[in-house]
Amino acid sequence: MLQIAQLSAAARGGVGVLRAVSLSVAAGEVHGLVGTSGAGKSMIGRAVLGILPDAVRITAGRIRFDGRDLLGLSPSARRQAGRDLALIPQDPLSALNPSRRIAAQMTDVLRHRLGLSAAAAQARALEMLHEVRIREPDNVLRRYPHELSGGMRQRVLIATAFACRPKLIVADEPTTALDVTVQKQILRLIRDLQRSHATAVLFVTHDLGVVAKICGSVSVLRGGEIVEQAPVADIINHPAHAYTRALFAATPRYDRPPP
Amino acid sequence: MAEAGRRLLRNWRVVLGGALVLAVLLAALLAPVLAPYDPLDQDLSAQLAPPDWHFGADAHALGTDSLGRDVLSRLIWGSRIAVTVAVVAGVLTALLGTALGLLAGFFGGRADALISRLVDIWSSFPPVLLAIILVALLGTGLRSVIVAIVVIDWTRFCRVVRAETLKQRRMDYIDAAVAAGLGPRAILWREVLPNILPLALVLLTLEAGIAVVVEAILSFVGLSISSDAPSWGGMIAEGRGVVHEAPWLLSCAMLVLLATVLGFNLLGDGLKAELDPVLR
Ligand SMILES: Nc1ncnc2c1ncn2[C@@H]1O[C@H](COP(=O)(O)OP(=O)(O)OP(=O)(O)O)[C@@H](O)[C@H]1O
Ligand SMILES: [Mg+2]
Repeated sequence: MLQIAQLSAAARGGVGVLRAVSLSVAAGEVHGLVGTSGAGKSMIGRAVLGILPDAVRITAGRIRFDGRDLLGLSPSARRQAGRDLALIPQDPLSALNPSRRIAAQMTDVLRHRLGLSAAAAQARALEMLHEVRIREPDNVLRRYPHELSGGMRQRVLIATAFACRPKLIVADEPTTALDVTVQKQILRLIRDLQRSHATAVLFVTHDLGVVAKICGSVSVLRGGEIVEQAPVADIINHPAHAYTRALFAATPRYDRPPP
Repeated sequence: MAEAGRRLLRNWRVVLGGALVLAVLLAALLAPVLAPYDPLDQDLSAQLAPPDWHFGADAHALGTDSLGRDVLSRLIWGSRIAVTVAVVAGVLTALLGTALGLLAGFFGGRADALISRLVDIWSSFPPVLLAIILVALLGTGLRSVIVAIVVIDWTRFCRVVRAETLKQRRMDYIDAAVAAGLGPRAILWREVLPNILPLALVLLTLEAGIAVVVEAILSFVGLSISSDAPSWGGMIAEGRGVVHEAPWLLSCAMLVLLATVLGFNLLGDGLKAELDPVLR
């Protein structure tokens, strides 16, 4: 489904952000990306989605998705290929447009990606809000983002992501900004939807506890480089790299929300 | 929406400013009904008559000017010119400045460099001087005044809208829209513009006040509409000449002008305070 080969990226001024990163995600699989802050996890996700910051350039490597070389496509072909990709972001507040109602934001994406009529998009949005277990979905559709709780916003974004029936979702620390109790629900929700829709997920997180719950395989990242890559059971039972063991030792700290 | 409306009505600046602006709008709209006299009618037997509050067919509530024209009627008809300039010049300035600011902020690169340079050069001219030169070149009249205001003041919008667009462009929801495959035009119209509109509305309100003042200044120096036609600036100019014999002329015209500008400014400031926390 997704193959990243020898991907390198540099920030302006030549600072290396990613160094020869290779990983692949099979259809329907959840692949974890772990590492401390600044390791380059989000940059990998952004490179796949085509939303790297202006200051960061890809210097080498390839990203193949669903048989196409994403980096070689023209902007419009790239947008076309992007229809099979979706993002579940870290901060659900800033990922929603503050001045538009939820309905407008969801149906825009659905109409654009699935070519639905306004009424069909509305129906699909409603159906997906049910599926992410939002009570009173009609009511939520009429709201502005600031009128919803963090957990609700994230459910809306998860609903939007899955509503487009993508083949791969990049989930960039989707629970970090949420309360601990909500974190568990959101995590379970993503796992359930991923299974029922058979969607592949590139799951970015600091938290090896989360990895154990949801991922099939993991890449451990440090300073833009992959130091270890293995099925999740192997990583948990016999972490090969000292850095991975250090991450494990530090894991309990990430169970708490940041101060 | 109804809730937002109620919030606005709890802000005293919005209420007071809105009331002042509304009063001027109504005066302009209903001038033929409200004005007791024809604003051009001269009564040479009642030159510089002082304000007179008795009720009767020949009463001049705010006195008359040196040609015996009724001051109240001229003030009411003068609001038509003020409102025309405020609305037309305000809206045109807003459209031009907002469009260029959006382009510069959203697309960046060469468009941004060009527009920003233009703004810098433009803003280095003293605006009133530029307005006088422009009107002198274009010929006097209301249309020239409006053109001058637009040509000079678009930078005010452009600067602010550009900065806000840059800020919006860095927000995650823009990335989400790009990742969702929306093209730049759809993102500009549907994602960025709705976040710029409240700001543009605030600026438009403030600009309307500025336009009223600029028109008055140009009338004052005789560069706007002909001196017969009732305009506040023209009345101030005339009133200055006879300030000792007929102080009401100058003071009434000044007061009306001040109240109008104050109204637009209060409304703009109030809207700014109210729209910001809801949307950000
Ligand atoms: N806009 C940017 N311009 C230049 N360099 C950037 C930019 N954003 C991030 N970087 C660099 O890229 C590196 C990787 O950042 P990235 O956001 O991928 O880290 P991360 O692993 O997602 O960390 P976190 O857990 O904090 O989200 C950082 O060290 C940073 O120096
Ligand atoms: Mg990150």
